Amino acid sequence: LLQHHGGAQVDIYEKLLVPFGLVRFGVAPDHPEVKNVINAFTQTARSERCAYYGNVTVGRDVTVAELQQAYHAVVLSYGAEGSRVLGIPGENLSGVYSAREFVGWYNGLPENQDLKPDLSCETAVVLGHGNVALDVARILLSPLQLLRKTDITDCSLAALACSKVKRVWLVGRRGPLQVAFTIKELREMINLPGTRPVLNPADFTGLENAVKDAPRPRKRLTELMIKTALEKPGERKMEGQAAAPREWGLKFQRSPQAVLPTADGKRARGIRMALTHLEGSGDTAKAVPTGDMEELECGLVLSSIGYQILPLDPAVPFDTQRGIIPNSSGRVEGVPGLYCSGWVKRGPTGVIITTMNDSFDTAQSVLEDLQVGVLDVSSPREGFGAVGSLLQSRGVHPVSFSDWEKIDAAEVARGKAAGKPREKIVDPQEMLQLLGH
Amino acid sequence: FANLSYSSADQVTVHFINRDGERLTATAKEGESLLQVVVNQNLAIDGFGACEGTLACSTCHLIFEKDTFQNLGAISDEELDMLDLAYGLTETSRLGCQVCVKKSMDGVTVRVPMDVSDIRKQLEVGKQSKQ
Repeated sequence: LLQHHGGAQVDIYEKLLVPFGLVRFGVAPDHPEVKNVINAFTQTARSERCAYYGNVTVGRDVTVAELQQAYHAVVLSYGAEGSRVLGIPGENLSGVYSAREFVGWYNGLPENQDLKPDLSCETAVVLGHGNVALDVARILLSPLQLLRKTDITDCSLAALACSKVKRVWLVGRRGPLQVAFTIKELREMINLPGTRPVLNPADFTGLENAVKDAPRPRKRLTELMIKTALEKPGERKMEGQAAAPREWGLKFQRSPQAVLPTADGKRARGIRMALTHLEGSGDTAKAVPTGDMEELECGLVLSSIGYQILPLDPAVPFDTQRGIIPNSSGRVEGVPGLYCSGWVKRGPTGVIITTMNDSFDTAQSVLEDLQVGVLDVSSPREGFGAVGSLLQSRGVHPVSFSDWEKIDAAEVARGKAAGKPREKIVDPQEMLQLLGH
Repeated sequence: FANLSYSSADQVTVHFINRDGERLTATAKEGESLLQVVVNQNLAIDGFGACEGTLACSTCHLIFEKDTFQNLGAISDEELDMLDLAYGLTETSRLGCQVCVKKSMDGVTVRVPMDVSDIRKQLEVGKQSKQ
């Protein structure tokens, strides 16, 4: 918007004190290159016509209606805060967490700092075959000396140092041709030092043929799994592979039916799964239970079956069936002047490039509407002039981008001593104290 | 007169066809990656090079002419892995951050691929013009 419209002023409102969302709280600590995009964001935020207001919860501190009065256009890009629920018995036992909470925990998201995940068991089960599932498996099994040099929180590093987990099963309802993770992440997992992949060759019979004419990405991904499954343990050239203390594996066509409790009924001790067969093929294949069951012993269950968008404000229409804000090219249906971008617009899937391009699409809609007069800018709107007074009267103190830069500098300085890119501050109160608020 | 220190033999001209069809011409130094060219010359290509050349995204995806493509250096598994996620992948696609400018590339033209939203808009415009 700033680049293509010389007069636009863009204000960003964020619930947390700090900006960047999933780039800070979702991307794994051992993927620092993915976070390089923060530099582009920072440049944008420092623009004179851009202002950042952290610590403001839209829907509570200020309503969408109030924002619409104060601004010519409002764009919602608040993502997907919730996790899809399994909906099975035992889901609330101790030892069962959503991958989102677990990721939030090791990435320093304030609301997940008290998670205290139970890492005292040998076997963990991750439900799901996406990149987030691989992330949590990798963080559980990574050698400590590698994690130590990342921006993983100190607290979670200490917990992982005491972890007894040595085996992680990634369980999915469908087959190898339906895995949602991507090849770079799979390759990383296969090459994870000190671990050995356990893939059952029987799961891959006939697949070489099935992907012969598939699009290149699916073909290469499947071929990598096949190659890994057919390798003999001694073949791996990695150090210490034969005597690898830790292992991970993929289990297919298993649908979780219940988390089984320990004798005292309090903690997870295993998971019961229905074996499935596939109807249809490719992306639309459906997993149908065969009637046979299987039990897998484990003390830690991480559910990685997808994120969920939560409704924000009664003034914003929400399509409960599709779980998104109903829109057309980012224009919210039935609400002129209201737009949406990112996961709230398309659903919670895709990598940074997908969401980035999607945002450009919404920005294009806003620019078009400005150009043809659908957005009437003939009379000025007050912008933060109006919102700021409302917030003040409600006792809300926004945090500015330069405030964030102070926090950023403090985190980097603290990290230096420990050889980490930063030591994240996980307590919002501590952040506010640092700023002298 | 800082440019006097570079011989003109080091300068290579590269043309970029942007998503909207506009032709952007840049002067590159031999050995620079095409991502560096875009960044150093401040070319107006939205969202190009988000991960800053670390093979962690596919936003510097470029499409080459067949003969230019065939003369480029070998492609690594890591580059293929990221290209696999690129929208509009072609047989002559590469990531700009992995392709370094050579003298033999003087005058070459590369195309910035359209993304999903571009295709959607094209379809919408197509539909409207048929009404």
